[in-house]
Amino acid sequence: MSEPTTGDAPMVEIAGLHKEFGHLHVLRGIDLVVPKGTVCVVLGPSGSGKSTVLRCVNELEDITAGRIRVDGELMGYREGTKGGKPALFRLGSREIARQRARIGMVFQRFNLFPHMTARQNVMEAQVQVLRRSKAEAGARADELLRRVGLSDRAEHYPAQLSGGQQQRVAIARALAMDPELMLFDEPTSALDPELVGEVLAVMRDLAQSGMTMIVVTHELGFAREVADQVVFMADGAVVERGTPAEVLDHPREARTQEFLSSVL
Amino acid sequence: MSDLAGQGRTASSGPASPSTGDPVPDRIHAVPVRHPGRWLSAVVVLVLAAMVVHALVTNDKFDWPTVGKYLFNEQVVRGVGWTLWLTVASMILGIVLAVLLAIMRRSDNPVMRSVSWVYIWFFRGTPIYTQLVFWGLISVLYPKISLGVPFGPEWFHFTTTELVTASRAAILGLGLNEAAYLAEIVRAGLQSVDRGQEEAARALGMKDSTILRRIVLPQAMRVIVPPTGNETISMLKTTSLVLAVPFTLDLQFATNAIASRTFQPIPLLVVAAIWYLAITSVLMVGQHYLERYYGRGFDEHHRGGRRGGPGGRTTRQEAIAEAGTTPDIAVFDDMGRPHAGGAGGAR
Repeated sequence: MSEPTTGDAPMVEIAGLHKEFGHLHVLRGIDLVVPKGTVCVVLGPSGSGKSTVLRCVNELEDITAGRIRVDGELMGYREGTKGGKPALFRLGSREIARQRARIGMVFQRFNLFPHMTARQNVMEAQVQVLRRSKAEAGARADELLRRVGLSDRAEHYPAQLSGGQQQRVAIARALAMDPELMLFDEPTSALDPELVGEVLAVMRDLAQSGMTMIVVTHELGFAREVADQVVFMADGAVVERGTPAEVLDHPREARTQEFLSSVL
Repeated sequence: MSDLAGQGRTASSGPASPSTGDPVPDRIHAVPVRHPGRWLSAVVVLVLAAMVVHALVTNDKFDWPTVGKYLFNEQVVRGVGWTLWLTVASMILGIVLAVLLAIMRRSDNPVMRSVSWVYIWFFRGTPIYTQLVFWGLISVLYPKISLGVPFGPEWFHFTTTELVTASRAAILGLGLNEAAYLAEIVRAGLQSVDRGQEEAARALGMKDSTILRRIVLPQAMRVIVPPTGNETISMLKTTSLVLAVPFTLDLQFATNAIASRTFQPIPLLVVAAIWYLAITSVLMVGQHYLERYYGRGFDEHHRGGRRGGPGGRTTRQEAIAEAGTTPDIAVFDDMGRPHAGGAGGAR
């Protein structure tokens, strides 16, 4: 369990994941393994269910079937027995909050807290969830804002920042929780083209520091450069997976080829 | 870790034109559009205002000396005090209850949701006057109030007349009624907060109560404060209904009592009106500051005034330019477009 973060010990194991929204069957049996310290880029046309996979990992959505394990721990449920038969017991909101705190998430629309400055955004969950002192949380916030290149924007409110700066603050906010896994849900899709680079640079940096990441994106350049594993999804299923070279340069499936030619 | 700030060129603000000191060549100094309508309306309004003042001053039925005599009369000033206390106390009771009701209304627990719905249905659906009469009569309905298990043993009991005095009955009546209206305002405020906020907070591992207290409610306040200010000002004048309890120390009752004693109803109505206007004005100032506080981060021209952050009026566009991550401005310079006479030479 407590191996160092190297080798092929899986950080995320998704098995047989199904998700229905009412009658809409959006995920149809997803299997995915992300080893520790690796970057997994998920590609696919809109509506293919890529974002839903991320949201299921972070328990923002209830799953319909399957199992998700993060660092060996089953997410959202406890396995036990009821009447002599194995059964799943749903975890309480407090337990789920504890599980979520170990996973950082970055959203397409940043979702910074608009009534707090950049620094307060990065401090808030440290104080409220990790019970760090204000001084400790502030020092960590300053360190992380420096890391994403925004020391001089610490006292600005989100409305006073550009999209790229807001997304970098959002990344710092997630990192402040010392997560073992980072989820990126189309982090650059809401940005003006000239602001994409600064966010990708921070993410590249993070990947090089050994963070385990699952990134849903349309940035093929980033996938090629940073990903250890590329997964192509369509219609709620994994169509193809492999190294960036395999999936991006020599796609086997027609569906993948079609998508890549439409993106390029 | 690499530092990403300032990787681009800083946006130069462009050197000034040597002759005029103005970086913009041929700045437009146009003749403004004339607004004769404004002048005309100003004249009309002035005339009307003069007529009103004339009508007020020359009509001796207003009896201004009497107004002056009673404006700071002890009974009147005490009435002002009671009216203020009733307003503040019933609004505090109303706001606390309203937040609870609004939270119950959006709870997952169906029992809580129903309780909130029934409360709002009842207290909004019956007249405030009736409710005040009811609270006045509570000691007749229930001479003794006891705390214990229903149909079982009882632990404490109070005599209702001692517990529910006239002023407490008034505050209860006004506050419980107000809560029903405010609950809907709070609910609208909570709904106005983007769902992504709650999601981001949950993704950070916050508990529901923390999310409400630290993330959702502070943002909802921006929407809640203006109509609540409205309700407070409305409450100020609704307090005159406490006569129904009966509670007889508020401003309206005090001026009425003097008026019927001295047979001078009009000047004393004016006294009451002046006081209500004065209090309303003070409340409006308070509301302005509350709105500014809860608007922090939303109106980017006002800094929240916390910890005196950097420079006063940074706009988003300036922030983008200062960050130097956008190539636009630099490209503009590199292309050497003829702007700001002599800009090129200054480099």
